[in-house]
Amino acid sequence: MSGLYDAIRSVAARYPESRSAILPALRLAQQEHGGWLPPEAFRDVAEALELTPAYCRAVASFYDMFHLEPVGRHMVEVCTNVSCALVGAQQVLEAFEGELGVAAGETTPDGEVTLRTVECAGGCGWGTVVVVDHRYHEPVRPEDVAEIVRELRDAS
Amino acid sequence: MPRRELLLEDADTRDLTKLAGYEAIGGYASLRKALDMERQAVLAELLDANVRGRGGAGFPMGRKASFLPHPDDTPKPIYLVANADESEPGTFKDREILLRVPHLFVEGVVIAAYTIGSGHAFIYLRGEYLAEFEVVTAALEEARAAGYLGKNVLGSGWDLTVVVHRGAGAYICGEETGLLESLEGRRGQPRTKPPFPAISGLYASPTLINNVETLATVPKILELGGKKYARIGVENSAGTRVFSLSGNVVNGGNYELELGTTLRELIDEIGGGIPDGRELKAIIPGGSSVPVLTAAEVDTPLDFDSMAQAGTMLGSGAVIVIDDRCCMVQLGLRVAQFYMHESCGKCTPCREGTRWMVQLLRKIEEGEATQGELDVLLNVCDRILGNCLCPLGDAAAMPVASYVAKFRDEFQRHIDEGACPFGGESSLAGVLAPVDQHDAHLRSQIEVPGIRAERESLTEAHG
Ligand SMILES: Cc1cc2nc3c(=O)[nH]c(=O)nc-3n(C[C@H](O)[C@H](O)[C@H](O)COP(=O)(O)O)c2cc1C
Ligand code: FES
Repeated sequence: MSGLYDAIRSVAARYPESRSAILPALRLAQQEHGGWLPPEAFRDVAEALELTPAYCRAVASFYDMFHLEPVGRHMVEVCTNVSCALVGAQQVLEAFEGELGVAAGETTPDGEVTLRTVECAGGCGWGTVVVVDHRYHEPVRPEDVAEIVRELRDAS
Repeated sequence: MPRRELLLEDADTRDLTKLAGYEAIGGYASLRKALDMERQAVLAELLDANVRGRGGAGFPMGRKASFLPHPDDTPKPIYLVANADESEPGTFKDREILLRVPHLFVEGVVIAAYTIGSGHAFIYLRGEYLAEFEVVTAALEEARAAGYLGKNVLGSGWDLTVVVHRGAGAYICGEETGLLESLEGRRGQPRTKPPFPAISGLYASPTLINNVETLATVPKILELGGKKYARIGVENSAGTRVFSLSGNVVNGGNYELELGTTLRELIDEIGGGIPDGRELKAIIPGGSSVPVLTAAEVDTPLDFDSMAQAGTMLGSGAVIVIDDRCCMVQLGLRVAQFYMHESCGKCTPCREGTRWMVQLLRKIEEGEATQGELDVLLNVCDRILGNCLCPLGDAAAMPVASYVAKFRDEFQRHIDEGACPFGGESSLAGVLAPVDQHDAHLRSQIEVPGIRAERESLTEAHG
């Protein structure tokens, strides 16, 4: 665990005040803990930044990219904000639901893939935007979904 | 008006992501020029250029910079913050700049920091932007190695540290004071203004906050000279903007145009018009937070004053095209859902009001609202407007009120007919917003074997 502690301390050194490093610290802790933040992660971050675990949890819960529940090894995020919705985001989402066998907000039973909808991802002109493990796929049409899921399964 | 590129001008034909490519077209010459000038003289160029902020509010950049105290007059450090949190729905232009002309942006950051006498700049980058993070970080490394930032910038004796700070998924962190809170390690909840960031910003020090595109314009202003830059565009709207075109249009994408170009030119000539033989119904001209325009208003020029005259705003320059398949009640619902999801919860009118809006719009959409409830919706919008610390609530209230004002018949039909007149055929029918999904998520049982066991053991040990 001292690896995480040291990594957080070194990020914190970039800022005039170490508390500013809480987002990078939580990101590091989340990576360390398989993509989500268990109670232990908040204790690690708190210790490294001289904050309390409760404070760290309160901050984490404000941001969509931190997960307070376990997530799958892979994350598929479908933008359903206005621009994407106008060009068929719902059909793309449904194609993923069909292909993965789970509803939005759920994880496949084997723990491989979490599917969720997100707000505007910043690729609106190339909708529907789908973000797979932080990499943008744009545009995605329902007929592209099977291939994306296959690649994801192959990568596992 | 012809299409005109300034920021992206050479990016179509060359790779400007690497320092060598950027230097080959004269990159960082503006920085050298600036360093040979007094800070005041650089500021004078920005004032002459009359460049207005590209993040949404359109405040003149030079004037904002002039509000900061002179470095000799304050014991505190002065900070520059680049707002790269881009998350207003419809907007994806900063991404284009970061990915294609990262050095232009970095050069703008360095010149702006020099102008205000700052030795410490932060780039608050949207957390989801991973590829952009990689490109910008690489550009900063190259610039540092070449002496354009870091210790003793180009032998001037002035030091500049630039730190990229990645967000973590919260629209409100694009609002400047929410951003500062987030950068200080808190939940991104906006602050009371005044004091404005120019006086008391990051760590209560004088801070200049500008959007990515605004900063990327700075080297071009120095290259041309402020007065010459001011002649591009139209009165009160100098220069070009990178417009993000999306929705029901053939060629969505980012297009840099001279301010004053009409919506029709952007949508029809550049964007290739509406696909599938459909008809234009409405246009959101500046990101989802601004009032809507009807098809009849498609000749409105894209500049600050023309948009204000038409009762809307240029905002973030995000033009969302909507065709006749879209139900305006559903559009209002989807927009309200976004702002409800992103409300930071600090001010009651926004936190509760956006929730009310979603509930009322859903009732109207489902054909279950009474006549009175349409009035309640407008009343709720009215009570949000101007009553919060930041305009996030307004960003829901203004557009929705405008949909009712401009498409009243459609709202009325939902009430009179007791159902959506589109009968499930609207382009937005059944769209699942993240706010809906959160409820679904709570209900769902996540069965992730290994992780679940780990969680249970943790709960046992600490629960
Ligand atoms: C809710 C909300 C969200 C905002 N999001 C952004 C954003 O993502 N990017 C941005 O540059 N400005 C955003 N702004 C505007 C900023 O508060 C600020 O005006 C801007 O960054 C100043 O830079 P400029 O003068 O160069 O435009 C937002 C404002 C509000 C009220
Ligand atoms: S609306 Fe989907 S990326 Fe912006």
